[in-house]
Amino acid sequence: MTEPDLVGLPGDPTTAPFWRAAREHRLMLQRCTACGAYQFYPRPFCLSCFGLDLEWVEASGRATVYSKTTVRIPVIEEMPPPYVVAIVTLDEGPRLTTNLVGDEPAIGDRVSLTWRERPDLPPLPVFQRLAGDGGGRSTAQMGAG
Amino acid sequence: MNLRPAYIAGVAETPLGEVWDHSELSMAAVAAHEALTEAGLTFADVDALFTNYMGEEGTVQLGEYLGIMPRYADSTDLGGAAFEAFIHHALAAIHAGRCEVALIAYASRQRTRRSRRMTRESDNSTLGAQFELSYGLPGPLGHYALIAARHMYQFGTTSEQLAEIAVAARSWAVMNPKAWSRDPITVEDVMESRLICDPLHRLDVCLVTDGGGALVVTTAERARDAAKRAVRILGAGESQTHWSIAQMPDLTRTAAVVSGREAFAMAGITPADVDVLEPYDSFTITVLLALEDLGFCGKGEGGAFVEGGRLAPGGALPALTSGGGLSYNHPGAFGLLLLVEAVRQLRGEAGERQVPGAGIAVAHGVGGLMSTASTVVLGHD
Repeated sequence: MTEPDLVGLPGDPTTAPFWRAAREHRLMLQRCTACGAYQFYPRPFCLSCFGLDLEWVEASGRATVYSKTTVRIPVIEEMPPPYVVAIVTLDEGPRLTTNLVGDEPAIGDRVSLTWRERPDLPPLPVFQRLAGDGGGRSTAQMGAG
Repeated sequence: MNLRPAYIAGVAETPLGEVWDHSELSMAAVAAHEALTEAGLTFADVDALFTNYMGEEGTVQLGEYLGIMPRYADSTDLGGAAFEAFIHHALAAIHAGRCEVALIAYASRQRTRRSRRMTRESDNSTLGAQFELSYGLPGPLGHYALIAARHMYQFGTTSEQLAEIAVAARSWAVMNPKAWSRDPITVEDVMESRLICDPLHRLDVCLVTDGGGALVVTTAERARDAAKRAVRILGAGESQTHWSIAQMPDLTRTAAVVSGREAFAMAGITPADVDVLEPYDSFTITVLLALEDLGFCGKGEGGAFVEGGRLAPGGALPALTSGGGLSYNHPGAFGLLLLVEAVRQLRGEAGERQVPGAGIAVAHGVGGLMSTASTVVLGHD
């Protein structure tokens, strides 16, 4: 394996494939070739069966809001408050910390992937209300199918 | 197995609040001297040293400053839960005959130095920088806010119920001359304080003060000359769950499930036996989850449990009796001061805020980003 090119990437060799794909607006997860478990963030082994053979697969980009908070204090320069930080559960299973953008979804609502561009770094995967989702939980169930 | 019992034979606070006339090391030294004197011991008797957050290499700088070259040293980094874990480790070391007199000490000047930061990742290649801080999540405030929001969604917990915890802490602090915030507050005051990370208000969040303390853990034989009654360590346990908040398997279940189970089993007690509880209160939600995970109430019942002043003076479960990190002092890693208060309650020397007849006390530390938990059960022989 050649030395990964980390120039302009925020991560380390293990997470570099994630950020390279992010540049192309693709949200990548690891999947274990032995047991099929998905995982995020990337690691060199499967957390479910401890296998070492993992492949990168593109996530569906559909998720459900697990929790969220509106941050009302300044934290990082590039994000003036208020803004929403959330944890979403991807349809594939793994959870990730993210932002909710646009018409603000509630906990339990279905959301879909979009991207926030950054000046010197790869874009960040963020989430918005799933198009056509009314926000009701029954609709969310249908959306999950 | 007949293990020799271990005792906390001396306790002390460092200067608290805003401390301008000390360094961290001199604060810890003054507290250590007081705790050792209370235990009837001196620095020369100490053969085990426990500390962290006092500079590089944990115990090494403090050991040099105090003139201690220990045969057992531990700088485990469990954040606010480190000090209850140090009791756990000191207990095991005394059981194993690896030490006789353990000194646990800590001091911080995080208030006067203005060293508290919400953006703890300085290296942008860390997992935290890549996957949390880039979204503007302030640590640890945002992590606890996400936990509180999920608990509210899942169980219907309300902001008013969380506020009850801050009000209980303040009602104890009113009776503690060393408390930083002593003006009485109401649930309405908490609700009307500024929202900083929904659903947490300013008064759901702990103080930032200077402070620290020292504890001496030793055997029955060495505690014989103690100036005050030594308190027996009946049980201890610890655990940890995650660092990144999205990796926490269930935002409503903390490491206290394991730390409490271990500590209570070792002590042979149940929550119903506890006379006074000192739960880590970095945030009001920290206390609510500890009450559930330690088994004082069922999962999801914490909100209803704290209503009606149950934790406040005169309530069924006296808790946060110093005023806690919310109202007494919070010098960054508050866990040591929970133990100081628990020992003083068991000795009957807590003054106006004394819980009558306190026989069993529990100190419960929580650290990191609701990452770690450690539980200590204290009582008498």
